[in-house]
Amino acid sequence: MQIPEPDLIFRALSDATFQAYREAAIRLPLDVLKVIGNAALAETDPVARGEFANILKNIRTAGELGVPMCQDTGVPVIYLTVPPDIPLTPELYDAVAEGVRRATKEVPLRPNVVDPLTRHNTNDNTGAGMPAIHVKPGKKFTVTVLPKGAGAENMSRIAMLLPSQKDQIGKFVVETVYLAGSRPCPPIIIGVGIGGTFDGAAALAKEALLEPVDTMTEYEQQLLYAVNKLGIGAMGLGGDFTALAVKVKTAGCHTASLPVAVNIQCWANRHATVEVKR
Amino acid sequence: MTGNVIQLKTPLGDEVLSLHAGDHVELSGMVYTARDEAHLRMKESGIPFDPKGAVIYHCGPVIRDNKVIAAGPTTSARMNEISGFLIEKGVRGIIGKGGMGATVREQLRNKGVYLAFTGGCAALASSHMTLKGVFYQDLGMAEAVWAIELDRLPLVVGIDAHGNDIFDAARKNAEDVFRIYSPELCKAEH
Repeated sequence: MQIPEPDLIFRALSDATFQAYREAAIRLPLDVLKVIGNAALAETDPVARGEFANILKNIRTAGELGVPMCQDTGVPVIYLTVPPDIPLTPELYDAVAEGVRRATKEVPLRPNVVDPLTRHNTNDNTGAGMPAIHVKPGKKFTVTVLPKGAGAENMSRIAMLLPSQKDQIGKFVVETVYLAGSRPCPPIIIGVGIGGTFDGAAALAKEALLEPVDTMTEYEQQLLYAVNKLGIGAMGLGGDFTALAVKVKTAGCHTASLPVAVNIQCWANRHATVEVKR
Repeated sequence: MTGNVIQLKTPLGDEVLSLHAGDHVELSGMVYTARDEAHLRMKESGIPFDPKGAVIYHCGPVIRDNKVIAAGPTTSARMNEISGFLIEKGVRGIIGKGGMGATVREQLRNKGVYLAFTGGCAALASSHMTLKGVFYQDLGMAEAVWAIELDRLPLVVGIDAHGNDIFDAARKNAEDVFRIYSPELCKAEH
């Protein structure tokens, strides 16, 4: 197996990260556009219809002007797929961080990353453990950027339920959305991680946000139905669509455990994947 | 959107008293951005613009080359307990997202309105904006007070001057629904 030049890998990955971040900040994936469009047509509340009209106009304006659709351009959550011939080195992480720094300057992105205790802003959206990089082996060399805004992220919750409380999963999801109210910028998209470990459930919930939102299992549809019964509506002004989709990911867990994590995402379920050129 | 869109221009006057929660309006004229830090500074050392009929926008914009790049609303609830002095001094409109608490609802009574702008719609907002000036730039880009001229920004009256609050109505409704939650709710027809 021939290993490509480290410098070339660095530049290609940094470029791909920059491109994916820019794309994610400015344009929504087609499946997300589809569920927003469908909800806009189906919404019956006149105030909520106005909110959907603004959201659709905003998406169009961002695309036309090439500017971020929201001023909270999030923190960088990155998913890397690394093929067998690319060595997993610290330089790969550096390349991703370099792409994030460039995106911060050139898109531009709001510098959001601070030290958790001193609150000192690094001004380039990197920091200790940030970007958050998740690596998986794969056939293709790709980088996915999921910029995560604070309004929705702050409303996320985790519960260590008892194995006997399977029917409480729905209640926990609905309760999380109820407690969030208008704050996560509804209509939201809900990632649910069930099983695994304490941290694993949270990771699953976030990964669920990357799944296509225009298809749902029956279980996911049931959860969505229950959530939308709350009537919080677009921006908390009341309406039929508090959420646009629920996506569930599961993993094996301890026989004595039932971890459930709910990761909330605003209507702008931003993410983009770019193949690294080589 | 149904019904007529009401045109408003700053400085606002008694016309705001006839607005109703749920009305769609378009706002033109000068507004001033302010978040937590700016509220504290204004409370301590005075309001740097004429507050009579003024409109405050809860927003931390992205500004580059004297242009508004992105300027969506921030969560207004953070300013729940630090907005009274502005209304007392003559501010008649507050723009933000997510609504405000009962304190502000009462402070606005017979005086002014809370106008909701759609969260996340930063690009749409900036396409209706011209930057006119800045105060407190030492607070940083997000916390400074930016004077921005609006051209027909589409808003909805969230809280009117008569105590009607559509955020509160939606919140109470959600509370009622959640109180009677049962697993059956998930199994209902869909």
